[in-house]
Amino acid sequence: MELLVNSVLLMLLVATAGALVVVRGLLASTMLTSVYGLLSASFFVTMDAVDVAFTEAAVGAGVSPLLLLLTVAAIGRGEPRAAGALPILAIVLVTITGALLIIGTLDMPPFGSADAPAHTHVAPRYLQLSGEEIGIPNVVTSVLASYRAFDTLGEVLVIFTAGVAVLLILATPGQRGSARPRYTPGSHSEPHTILQVVSKILIPFILLFALYVQFHGEYGPGGGFQAGVIFASGIILYGLLYGLPTVCRVVRPAVVETLAAVGVLLYGTTGLLAMLDGRPFLDYSVFAANPVLGQHIGILLVELGVGITVASVITVIYYAFANQFEMAEG
Amino acid sequence: MLSQLALLPVLLPLIGAPACAVLRRPTAAWAFASTVAVLAFVAAAALLQATARQGVIHYAFGGWAAPWGIEYRIDLLNAFVLLLVSGIAAVVLVASRASVWHDIAENRRTLFYVACLLCLAGWLGIAATGDAFNLFVFLEISSLATYALVACGRDRQALVAAFNYLVMGTIGATFILIGIGFIYMLTGTLNMADLAQRLPGLGESRTVFAAYAFIVVGVCLKLALFPLHLWLPGAYTQAPAIVTAYVAATATKVALYVLIRFSFSVFHLESSRLALSLEAVFISLGVVAVFAGSLVAVFASNLKRALAWSSIAQIGYMAVGVGIGTVAGVQASLIHLFNHALMKGALFLALAAIAMRVGGNELQALRGIGRRMPLTSAAIVVAGISLIGVPGTAGFISKWYLVTAALAREQWLLALLIVAGSLLTAVYIWRFVETAWLDQNPAQPATPPQEAPPLLLAGTLLLALANIYFGLDTRLPVGTAAGAAAGLLGDSAAGLLGHPPAPLPGAGAP
Amino acid sequence: MDVLSYFNYWVVVVLMMLGFFIVIARANLVKKLIGLNIFQTSVFILYISTGKVAGGAAPILTEGVTLYSNPLPHVLILTAIVVGIATTSVGLALVIRIHAAYGSVNQNDILQQDQQC
Repeated sequence: MELLVNSVLLMLLVATAGALVVVRGLLASTMLTSVYGLLSASFFVTMDAVDVAFTEAAVGAGVSPLLLLLTVAAIGRGEPRAAGALPILAIVLVTITGALLIIGTLDMPPFGSADAPAHTHVAPRYLQLSGEEIGIPNVVTSVLASYRAFDTLGEVLVIFTAGVAVLLILATPGQRGSARPRYTPGSHSEPHTILQVVSKILIPFILLFALYVQFHGEYGPGGGFQAGVIFASGIILYGLLYGLPTVCRVVRPAVVETLAAVGVLLYGTTGLLAMLDGRPFLDYSVFAANPVLGQHIGILLVELGVGITVASVITVIYYAFANQFEMAEG
Repeated sequence: MLSQLALLPVLLPLIGAPACAVLRRPTAAWAFASTVAVLAFVAAAALLQATARQGVIHYAFGGWAAPWGIEYRIDLLNAFVLLLVSGIAAVVLVASRASVWHDIAENRRTLFYVACLLCLAGWLGIAATGDAFNLFVFLEISSLATYALVACGRDRQALVAAFNYLVMGTIGATFILIGIGFIYMLTGTLNMADLAQRLPGLGESRTVFAAYAFIVVGVCLKLALFPLHLWLPGAYTQAPAIVTAYVAATATKVALYVLIRFSFSVFHLESSRLALSLEAVFISLGVVAVFAGSLVAVFASNLKRALAWSSIAQIGYMAVGVGIGTVAGVQASLIHLFNHALMKGALFLALAAIAMRVGGNELQALRGIGRRMPLTSAAIVVAGISLIGVPGTAGFISKWYLVTAALAREQWLLALLIVAGSLLTAVYIWRFVETAWLDQNPAQPATPPQEAPPLLLAGTLLLALANIYFGLDTRLPVGTAAGAAAGLLGDSAAGLLGHPPAPLPGAGAP
Repeated sequence: MDVLSYFNYWVVVVLMMLGFFIVIARANLVKKLIGLNIFQTSVFILYISTGKVAGGAAPILTEGVTLYSNPLPHVLILTAIVVGIATTSVGLALVIRIHAAYGSVNQNDILQQDQQC
């Protein structure tokens, strides 16, 4: 049964990617990208990677299609072009790379075998000892926020860098930051009354759910990154329905931009506290005499940092893109 | 305190970047970023001294021992690259103010410096880490920040250059990710020292071969080794003047470090059957890069573009050193890595000053610049003759070690080609000299001298004089590179070239 | 069984190459970024496939379960997904600026305009 689901999903993925090669229109491509994200998230579930599936669903089927849509809205769909000459160079390059990859798979351990080196060398310790050492059930969170916490700091910095880069690229002359509403409220033309009423009820629950995901990451799938994306999606939903100026008045761009930095600093400071005590960076034993409790506090703090930065940066990026769209409209 | 030293060069810009984002005034951001870079440099200098004295320094993040946690494992090579990158960054950032104020709109300046610090954190993180995946993460931090910095250029071509850089850079990074995934599958570890121990046991695995191939192609995309250099001329030419100085002297050097680290420390290229074919690949691509890059540079009408192509040529020399594959070859490559950063740092800083005063770097606009900006032009000449490799300059030391390494392997033709490449360099440097002093601009018969702003001039002159200093006192680059190369190849033959063996003991072999 | 054990990997290779092909062959800059996205997501699928242990459970410690899938690839890919979306957003921001400056997002049009200058 598992094998069947697995094969069907893979075939659907191939079909989607194939369709993306053929399709020219940008709107259709965006939709297919979203489908691809959702399918790969489903595949990750069959591979037992629930945290990854959660994230991929939020990113691959949520954030990235949203940004693509905003871009397409700002630049226009563009007319599909007739296919030009056969891209021979591309075909050659892809064939060589693909052949090399296939050769590379030939000496790999077979799929799913439990005695592959990947499952016998470093990973067993996480599975066997993280229960005692970290004291939380979700091993992915243990590895992410403690054993390899420095990678995760790097990840937060990547997201922060993306925010800085987008602001730097899209900053309009004379304005500092992503978006500064210049339109009078109400200039947003068609009010979607039903949607607005429904979403007004929905948004508090989205934000509440984000908080649940934030603090539930130790026990089940979830954590700072997923929570941040969900929190930002609540803000984005508000923005899509009430217009950028309104959402900017409720959630001020300057505040969000500062919060993006605050999240990274929270993460960094959590690590620094250990250094001040003469221990290595990100050693959580500094927080409590009981090492497991120390791990708890440390993980809580860094996940909070992740959540704050992710939610802020995604909001900032949304503001910057939506601002471009409104300028293109105006 | 000493136990935390290994982390400090990376940690300073890493925490400094978000802290800088909170600052309101651009001047404050500039002062803050410069201070952070200078402190990182001081920390890196202390770290180099510590590694030279006591050998490899381990740092386990979160207190988790490797390979379960992430580890820094600073040896001479790590410390050497950290010192170089932070040093160049410090000089460029301190000198940057006037040029940035000239090129960048007021509302972007704070973010500009945040991006500069993010770049620095990324580069230093790559140079310090002992974990293959951590390297990928920091590579992406520096890359994303660099794309944004390049896009800040004045002309719209800057946007296209940044986009091309982004696409090729991301393909490169994804290739590296594939390679790391392969070796993880085979060994179960991501720690580089642990990988180095476990990979040889796998023997002639096709997966190992594919992994190495993907990592090398990915890194060479970042390194801009011919023919994977396509993003470089556009990015260097179109980026804001300061960004070119900042990136040209550092980013490709870090990529070269990654190539060397993976080739010799992780994959043990020297003892594998692949070595012979790869030797040929690196040497031939390197030589082609030297000539192709230099030839385009000779005919370029824009000095910044010429120097961008010259970088492709110089990367060729470094690839040749890697290809020779002996301790002497790798040492030569590392020496040139150091010296080339000094040359290009000085040259691109000087061009930043000229762009401020003249409005561009077209050769035609530079007529008579030798009289208008005598010190800046002199700095270009000094760095230029170092680029050629005239005795008494740092460039000569690079070429000397490279030629000696080639001769030691009895590659006479290669040695000859290396020297011939220098002659081409002389052509485009001479074209500048001719334009700057011998060619009078008839439209402006007597322009009063108008030198670069003081800090920018100071930075330019400092780097130009460093080209002379390290041409005479070679202990730092040559000694450290010898120790680092010997450590990499696990060989005590560092002193083969008539130089005393490295006075810096304890570059621990993996 | 032997072919079947590599089937997953080979399909993933096909996926990667479809994405890679879109990146190099398509002239539309948005399409290039979409291709990049597919390419990267396919690499994620490769990593996650390597983490699967036949008969294993999701790596959330539960009473009575002894065999789990490998959590380490999951952690790595969580980070890589973030890197991917970061790259996409920076790329799209550039596309918007390029469109404003050139009036086109087609690589060939842009090249042509630059050569005319």
